[in-house]
Amino acid sequence: MTDTETSSPGPADPVYVTEALIAEDIDAYLDQHQHKTMLRFITCGSVDDGKSTLIGRMLYDSKMIFEDQLDALTADSKKVGTQGQEIDFALLVDGLAAEREQGITIDVAYRFFNTEKRKFIVADCPGHEQYTRNMVTGASTADLAVILIDARKGVLVQTRRHSYLCHLIGVTNLVLAVNKMDLVDYSQEVFDQIVADYTAFAKSIGIESFTAMPISGFKGDNVTSLSANTPWYKGADYAGVSLIEHLESVEVNSARDAAKPFRLPVQWVNRPNLDFRGFSGLIATGSVKPGDPVRVLPSGKTSTVTRIVTLDGDLDEAVAGQSVTVCFADEIDCSRGSVIATADNPPQTADQFEATIVWMDDAPLHVGRAYWLKLGTQMVSASVQQPKYAVNVNTMEHVAVKTLELNAIGVAQLATDKPVTFEPYAENRSLGGFILIDKMTNSTVGAGMLHFSLRRSQNVHWQATDITRADHASLKNQTPRVLWFTGLSGSGKSTIANAVEKRLNLMNRHTFLLDGDNVRHGLNKDLGFTEADRIENIRRVGEVAKLMTDAGLIVLTAFISPFKADRELVRAMLPQGEFVEIFVDTPLEVAEARDVKGLYKKARSGALKNFTGIDSPYEQPTDPEIRVNTVEMTADEAAEYIIRKLMPLK
Amino acid sequence: MANTLTHLERLEAESIHIIREVVAEAEKPVMLYSVGKDSAVMLHLARKAFYPSPPPFPLLHVDTTWKFKAMYELRDRMAKESGMDLLVYQNPEAKEKGINPFDHGALHTDMWKTEGLKQALDKYGFDAAFGGARRDEEKSRAKERIFSFRTASHGWDPKNQRPELWNLYNARKAKGESIRVFPISNWTELDVWQYIQLNAIPIVPLYFAAKRPTVERDGMLLMVDDDRFPLKPGEVPVERSIRFRTLGCYPLTGAVESEAKTLPEVIQETLLTTTSERQGRAIDKDAGGAGMEVKKQQGYF
Repeated sequence: MTDTETSSPGPADPVYVTEALIAEDIDAYLDQHQHKTMLRFITCGSVDDGKSTLIGRMLYDSKMIFEDQLDALTADSKKVGTQGQEIDFALLVDGLAAEREQGITIDVAYRFFNTEKRKFIVADCPGHEQYTRNMVTGASTADLAVILIDARKGVLVQTRRHSYLCHLIGVTNLVLAVNKMDLVDYSQEVFDQIVADYTAFAKSIGIESFTAMPISGFKGDNVTSLSANTPWYKGADYAGVSLIEHLESVEVNSARDAAKPFRLPVQWVNRPNLDFRGFSGLIATGSVKPGDPVRVLPSGKTSTVTRIVTLDGDLDEAVAGQSVTVCFADEIDCSRGSVIATADNPPQTADQFEATIVWMDDAPLHVGRAYWLKLGTQMVSASVQQPKYAVNVNTMEHVAVKTLELNAIGVAQLATDKPVTFEPYAENRSLGGFILIDKMTNSTVGAGMLHFSLRRSQNVHWQATDITRADHASLKNQTPRVLWFTGLSGSGKSTIANAVEKRLNLMNRHTFLLDGDNVRHGLNKDLGFTEADRIENIRRVGEVAKLMTDAGLIVLTAFISPFKADRELVRAMLPQGEFVEIFVDTPLEVAEARDVKGLYKKARSGALKNFTGIDSPYEQPTDPEIRVNTVEMTADEAAEYIIRKLMPLK
Repeated sequence: MANTLTHLERLEAESIHIIREVVAEAEKPVMLYSVGKDSAVMLHLARKAFYPSPPPFPLLHVDTTWKFKAMYELRDRMAKESGMDLLVYQNPEAKEKGINPFDHGALHTDMWKTEGLKQALDKYGFDAAFGGARRDEEKSRAKERIFSFRTASHGWDPKNQRPELWNLYNARKAKGESIRVFPISNWTELDVWQYIQLNAIPIVPLYFAAKRPTVERDGMLLMVDDDRFPLKPGEVPVERSIRFRTLGCYPLTGAVESEAKTLPEVIQETLLTTTSERQGRAIDKDAGGAGMEVKKQQGYF
């Protein structure tokens, strides 16, 4: 058998574009194209596994490359290509200027091609360790993953890492593509050994099945059709299908989702006039028909679907994957963030969870700090506890950690400020997958998968009491407030807060002053001064202040509270308008010159670590309700000014 | 209904979901409307997303004053039909200096389109702008996110994009920053054509072949759309049966000779052709292989 007789499928290969059909009967072709299904898959491999070459070939074979692009490609191949005078398919795929120079793929790129049966979207994922987040991103929307192995090198650390990540994200269709078979003489033994090695590893991390195939992305063997170079591959022990044939026949996720119970996360309430009220969203799982009884979470109220409205007329049924607008028979509470579910089998609601989190930001996870958590159309404030463990993605070992750094994967508990309607990720990607957003930078810093809610939140219910916070406040004839003094050590927070409290007391207001130093003697005596401990310190003070406002009190707090995110966390705990941020604005030089407690001196000498202003940052309030400048005002003047600003307080 | 949606049904649902997310999370969204076929599909998807309400945002046309007459006609008609406000913005500086494609080359695109777009977004304070770009158009597009984050000066940093997982989009941003959103990122040219056919979406007639006055310059067939077209000595417009694969400023957009008068014929020709869609546009060829990437970093859509 010579090389020329082997499979190197040309553009006219029948599984791809049926050029004859296009030319002879465009209507028939369009009808065929219209009814194609779609498969999204990712390719994972390290720099030299020939990933870009394989994708380049699939695009080339499906005529997704035009002549002008081909001309540019041929010219580029000669200039910077790594394949001598032959066409370097990789150049077609490596898009951005930076990576063309470096010869590596640095981000997820999406490519498209068609065969007779399906449309494909390929997420091309980089193999470098520092880009784990890109791979997780690509895998999150994939129905299938192609894991490439260089036949000469076998199962590498990267192979394990990629497989683990795909498994973690729940990609159940795995293809092990043993590439560059042409460079090992299409050896069955080499292939068998790699598959045996991989099988052992796959079992150890819980991968139940995968499909292994010997291919050459460069030569085209077993890519579109079975190659004569690997006759043994047709044997009973092997899959015996080409890569494309396999991609055309595997089940897509949306087909599986349609069989699950109905879930529709509400994106938007459509209310053009008083006669129409519809709820719009993408159906996550299941199907819905007019007449179906539904339950709206988190309220738990039930109603019946009356219509499924679209521009093209009402539908008799809608299934997972469709964007729809539904109407109810009753006016029940339902808004963005609500989940419409089948009435007799609704999802759970909870506020404490265990989750696997992939960290994606340069700044590590701040344990205890509030982040935005977006799950479906729900956006809540959430804090993550110290991880139970992180996973070493190369060895799969569990490692004890204090936090999660960029590209780390860990299991941790998290708490949200409001109940979240969810399902375990393994059962429902849409109601179990979430992202974490930094409240200050607005970056997407993490992605997570909810596993289960903690018993605590299932068993601890809010006890409704008859005497409300309004009753408490009205008896005291005042409006509860938290007067949150923030500023550097020695800025005069305690002194001014004390003066304000004295004045309020004279005015017959019921108050309580929570002082930083005093709280650390009792409630928070277990906490130190690390960043994590300081966040927890403020969180506890916030909770105590909130309870006191529930009791109708005006609470004054005097804490350095250096981090904006933590102050915002407390603000978010309280009803609108009750949190009054008072910035005691004293320049560092002035506070340091005062040095009432001698702390700056200690910090400068190194005897005191993590001291705000010296070796730990103070994030100034950008928009405080009240700001007092202690260089221009005495403590009494400042107190007087604050009282004037606060009035009438009723 | 079959339980497995077709690829077009999935693409449509994904695009509608994206458009609704933006409306739910952005303060002041706008849809960039270029009157081309991709804009036509995007507008149709927006109408589907909010039916029976009209889409709750305006259309913005960044005008260069050099578009085809037929484009202006369709633009005004579609704004009326959709019940949306149409904002037309023309860069006053470009207008004052008389910047035009015949005398100013690349500067024309830069001032009317790139600068014009930035000015318009700043003027109205839009914090989210829909665009009709697709990932299959061009290599640097293939890597762009669906929600593409821009700095206050409209810059795009390809190495610092937010990860996009599942269908969860992060639309949060600081004051002054904005996002460009591409709801039809995952559509191919064929998908766009087929969707137009299946939904009978109105498009500019220039996409279909007809006899039109043309001149040939530097290997490009240009249509003489109005009397601002400066003919060279001895140059006489010739009637040719032509159509356009993409539409932009008429002096910069090359036509192809064609007899395709119906949508199936156009699609057929598109599929059998061997040159890529953007080839008719001069813009991609500036600055070598990285032309579009550089343009995007400067704030081009």
